[in-house]
Amino acid sequence: MTDAATSIAAPRSRKPGLRLSDLGPYFFILPALAVMMAGLVYPVLQAVYLAFYDWKIGTDIADAPWVGADNFVRMLTDEAVRESIWVTFRFGFWTISIEMLLGISLALLLEKPIRGASVFRTIFILPLMVSPVVVGLVWRYLFDARIGWINYYLGYLGIEPQVWLGDPELAFFAIVFTDIWQWTPFIFIIVIAGLQALPSEVLEASKIDGANWWQHILFVKLPMIKSILVIALLMRLIDVFRALEVMFIMTGGGPGRATELMSLHIYNRAFTTQQLGYASAIAVLLIVIVTILSLGILRIGNPMTSKADV
Amino acid sequence: MARKRIDSPLSVWGHYAALITLALITLAPIWVMIATGFKPDVVVQSREPIWFFFVPTLDNYEYILTRGKFDRYLWNSIIVGTAATFFTLFFGGLCAYALARTDFRGRVFTANATLLVRMVPPAVLAVPAFAMVIQFSLDNDLAVLIFFYTAINLPFAIWLLFGFYKQIPVELEEAAIVDGASPLQVFFRVLLPLMKSGYAVAGIFTFRIAWNEFILALLLTGRQSRTLPVGAAGFITDTGVEWGRIMAMGTLIVIPPLLFTFFAARQIIAGMTAGAVKG
Repeated sequence: MTDAATSIAAPRSRKPGLRLSDLGPYFFILPALAVMMAGLVYPVLQAVYLAFYDWKIGTDIADAPWVGADNFVRMLTDEAVRESIWVTFRFGFWTISIEMLLGISLALLLEKPIRGASVFRTIFILPLMVSPVVVGLVWRYLFDARIGWINYYLGYLGIEPQVWLGDPELAFFAIVFTDIWQWTPFIFIIVIAGLQALPSEVLEASKIDGANWWQHILFVKLPMIKSILVIALLMRLIDVFRALEVMFIMTGGGPGRATELMSLHIYNRAFTTQQLGYASAIAVLLIVIVTILSLGILRIGNPMTSKADV
Repeated sequence: MARKRIDSPLSVWGHYAALITLALITLAPIWVMIATGFKPDVVVQSREPIWFFFVPTLDNYEYILTRGKFDRYLWNSIIVGTAATFFTLFFGGLCAYALARTDFRGRVFTANATLLVRMVPPAVLAVPAFAMVIQFSLDNDLAVLIFFYTAINLPFAIWLLFGFYKQIPVELEEAAIVDGASPLQVFFRVLLPLMKSGYAVAGIFTFRIAWNEFILALLLTGRQSRTLPVGAAGFITDTGVEWGRIMAMGTLIVIPPLLFTFFAARQIIAGMTAGAVKG
C-alpha cells in the first residue's frame, strides 16, 4: 500500500487498513460543512449583498432598490453608528479590564487546592449557564428605580435613590456591572485551571532560587500562563461584539443610545427603524472587526490544524 | 529549612472566607429570582427587600402555568433543544472524527474555517435569517430554529469533540481493524462508547445555547413556535413588568441549566477551560 496521496503532512507513515478511502473524510465532514455554510457563511454573504440595497420591512425583497455604496457612505458619517462603536469600545474596556484584573488576582490568591473546591467551582459557573434573558431580567429588577434592591441598600449609605436605567451614565454602569457579575467567574476558573496545570518542577525551582511571592507571580506564573490570558482576552473581546441579549432586556439600548452596543444597534436599525439594508451595512462592519480579532486567535494557534496521531 | 509561603499569602481560612463571599455574590441574584417568583405581588411591590421571610405563594406559578401558553412554549423549547443537540452531535462528531483521524486535502482549511465561523455574531445572522423566513413564510416552523441552532453550535462542538478524539489511543482502532471491523463499525462500536463523556459535554453546551437563545428565537418564531425565553420576555409590557410572574417563569427556564450544572459541573468546566488551557 502506498501513502503517497495522503501523507503530505503525516509525520509517520500510517498503519495499513486504518485509512478511510481517499474520499471517506469528505463524507464525514460534508454534513457539518453543509450546515455551517448554509447557516453561517451564507447569511454573512447575504448581509454583504443586502448592504447594497434599500430594503424595508413589509416590502418584497426583490423590489428593493439597488443603492450602490450609499449605505456604506452614510454609515461613515452617521453619528449614531459612531456612538454605538464608541459605546462598544467603552463597554469592552471597562468590563474586560475589570474582569481580567479581578479574575486573575482572585485566582492567584485562591488557587490553593482545598477541600470543597469543586462546590465553589460549581457555583461560579452558574452565571454562565443561566439564560441571558434571565440575567437581564433579574438585574433589571435589582436596578429598578422604585422597587429595586440596589437603591434600597444604597439608602443605608445615605445615597439617594437613582433612576439607574433611565440615566445614560448610570445605565451604562448598570450593564457593565451586570457583565462583570456574569463573566468574572469565567476568567477566575480558567486562570485557576491554567495555574494548577503548571509543572511543579518549575515552581519549585523558583522557590529554591528564593523568589518572593510577587517575583514568583510576575516572573514565573503569569508569563507561563500568558497564552491562556491572551486567548481569554480575545474571546471576551469577541463576545463584546456579539453581546446584545442582556442589554436588550435591561435597557433596549437606551436611554438614548447610552447602552446600545454594535450588535444591538444593528438589531434596532433592522427591526425598530426597519432599515434592513442599512443595518446590513453596519453588520458588514461588525463582521470585519470580529474577523480581525478572530485571526488573532488563529495566529496564537488552532489545535485542530495539527492532526492527532495518524 | 525555613518554610516559606510562596503559593498564596492567604491562610486556608482566608481562602474559605474569600470563596464563600464570592459564592454569595454569585448566588444572590439567582436567589432573588427564585424568591421573587414565590412572592405575592404586595410583597414584590413593597420597597423593602425580603430575602427569606415571607409567606410563599404559588399564584405566579398558577398564572403562568394555566393562563399563558406555557405548555406550548415548553414543548417548543424541548423540541428545538433536543433536535438541535442531536444534529449538532451527529454531524459534529463525524466531522471531528475525520479531522482528528484522517488527512485530506483541505484539512487545515476546514479546521481554520471552523474556528473562524464560530465567531459570527448572532446580530449578523438576524437580518438574513429574517429575510429567509419572510421569503418562504416559515415563521411557525420550528425547523428554522433547529437549523440555525445547529449551525451556531457546530463549530464549538467540532472543536470540543476533536480534543476528545485526540485523547483516544489510535491502537484501539487498529486492533478492531485487525479483527476485521469496517470503518463504520470502528466508529460506532469502538469509538462512540469511549466518546460518551465528550458527547455529553458537547451536548450540554449545545442544549444550553438552544434552550437559552433569545434574539433569533424572537425574530424567527410566530405565535405557534415561540420558545420559553421569548415567552418570558412577553411579560414585559408597555404598562410595566409583572415581576412575580416573570421571575417564576425565569426560575422554570433556569431549571435544566441548573440541573446540568449540579450534575456535570466537572465536565462543563473541562469544556470551558479546554479552549483556553489546551489551545
